[in-house]
Amino acid sequence: MFILEVNPLVLPDIGLVFWNTIAFVVLLVVLGKFAWKPMLKAISERENGIEEALLQADKMKAEIATMQSENEALLAKAREERATLIKEAKEASDKMVAEAKEKAKSEYDKILADAQLAITQQKNAALTDVKNQVGTLVIEVAEKVLRKELSNKADQESYIKQLADGVKLN
Amino acid sequence: MSFLRIKTLLVAGFSLLAVLSVTKSFANETAMDSAKKEKEFNVTETILEHIKDDHSWHLWGDKSIHLPVILKTSKGVEVFSSAKLVDEHHEPIVYKGNFDYKLIEGKLKIVNEQGTIDEVANKQLLDISITKNVASLFVSVFIILVVFLTAASAYKKTGVTSAPKGLQSFMEPIVLFVRDDLAIPNIGKKKYAKFMPFLLTVFFLILTNNFLGLIPFFPGGANVSGNIAFTMMLAVCVFIVVNLSANKNYWEHIFWMPGMHWSMKLFLAPIELIGVFTKPISLMIRLFANITAGHILVLSLICIIFIFKTIFASAIAVPFAVFIGVIECLVAFLQAYIFTMLTAMYIGMANEEHHHDHAHEAHH
Repeated sequence: MFILEVNPLVLPDIGLVFWNTIAFVVLLVVLGKFAWKPMLKAISERENGIEEALLQADKMKAEIATMQSENEALLAKAREERATLIKEAKEASDKMVAEAKEKAKSEYDKILADAQLAITQQKNAALTDVKNQVGTLVIEVAEKVLRKELSNKADQESYIKQLADGVKLN
Repeated sequence: MSFLRIKTLLVAGFSLLAVLSVTKSFANETAMDSAKKEKEFNVTETILEHIKDDHSWHLWGDKSIHLPVILKTSKGVEVFSSAKLVDEHHEPIVYKGNFDYKLIEGKLKIVNEQGTIDEVANKQLLDISITKNVASLFVSVFIILVVFLTAASAYKKTGVTSAPKGLQSFMEPIVLFVRDDLAIPNIGKKKYAKFMPFLLTVFFLILTNNFLGLIPFFPGGANVSGNIAFTMMLAVCVFIVVNLSANKNYWEHIFWMPGMHWSMKLFLAPIELIGVFTKPISLMIRLFANITAGHILVLSLICIIFIFKTIFASAIAVPFAVFIGVIECLVAFLQAYIFTMLTAMYIGMANEEHHHDHAHEAHH
């Protein structure tokens, strides 16, 4: 107590304690309700927002990466497909050309065969005609010879023989 | 060469100052009683007068604000201006209200007809005047309210996602500092949120009053955070918050320290119990002593000029006073920081969950 009485500096004044307490309680209540609460809430909300945004950005990045690799795979597949398509088309066209060639050849062969057949037939017909005419001529000649040579028997016979030899032409 | 030039400049500057001060003191002499001016200069009295509370708030020269006096005596409540307690020369006089009141060593007392202190009547005197410290405290409360209500409203206006602007961007890092460097490391992530309003209020109230105390003129100049009443009130609040929030584990560690021999437990219990009180008391004394010491230091340095009675003493006194003033700015922040950090630490200790309790039980 002696020290407290000696120095008034360390003796708390009851009036000051009273006003200090009121001021502190008012400050605590008013600031607590209208300043600290909204401030801290807003700050933590913002922090959460930033954290979420960062997480989302990472997620998007990963998604983009997967999409890119997917794209590349798709592209490669398309390229492959194109190559096979071209190959198939070429094969088909080659086949068609070959077929056409073959067909043309067979047609040509057929036409050739037909033509030969026709030629042979016509030749045979002409030959037959010639033979018939020769036959007629032979009969006519024979008739004429017969009419003239029937009186001489020996001549007749030699003549017939001669004629007959001559006809053996066919 | 350059040293000589600086020296001549300094001499010229100080002689100019000396001339100005002489003319000013002549002007004062005509206005004031020459007998009063002859009064011996008392350093201790001057410094204590500046540090102590007062019923009027000095502005400049002869001007000062006379703050209201509010008294509760056995004859009821009484309110009057403190101007009635002093004469035109700022000397205390007797004011006749319900009792005869007089300022004795800056404090209002009831005096009897002989002019001596009436001890019996003073026992029932409750002085809740708006003194210089109370007024300064109100100024600081007003500043804090304006600053933080403005800053908080900015969050409503600009929304949560936008970056802070203006006052909001200035206060937010400090609020975050209290949260991330004081509350969370000492109390823990789980429980800190409940104590944030208390810690922030304590921090900014101390900080604002520390800085207001450093301003040598109105609206500063009062010594609120260097007043034992202010620090005591804060310490009591800390005591209440710490002990009301304390869990079972904390009390167990105080009264029956786990993991010790029973004789050691008996020995430790009174020491721990004293610790419950010494913690807030140390907070009270630390803040009070640091801020008061700073004020005394600056005032002492300025008093050098008056002790030597020469203007040339200011060549030493003023640079030193400025230097100490700069350090005081650091101390103003540091003391607010230390007070809040220790408060957070005490709260953290009172709320700690001990995981090794089961290990203790297993041993016995």
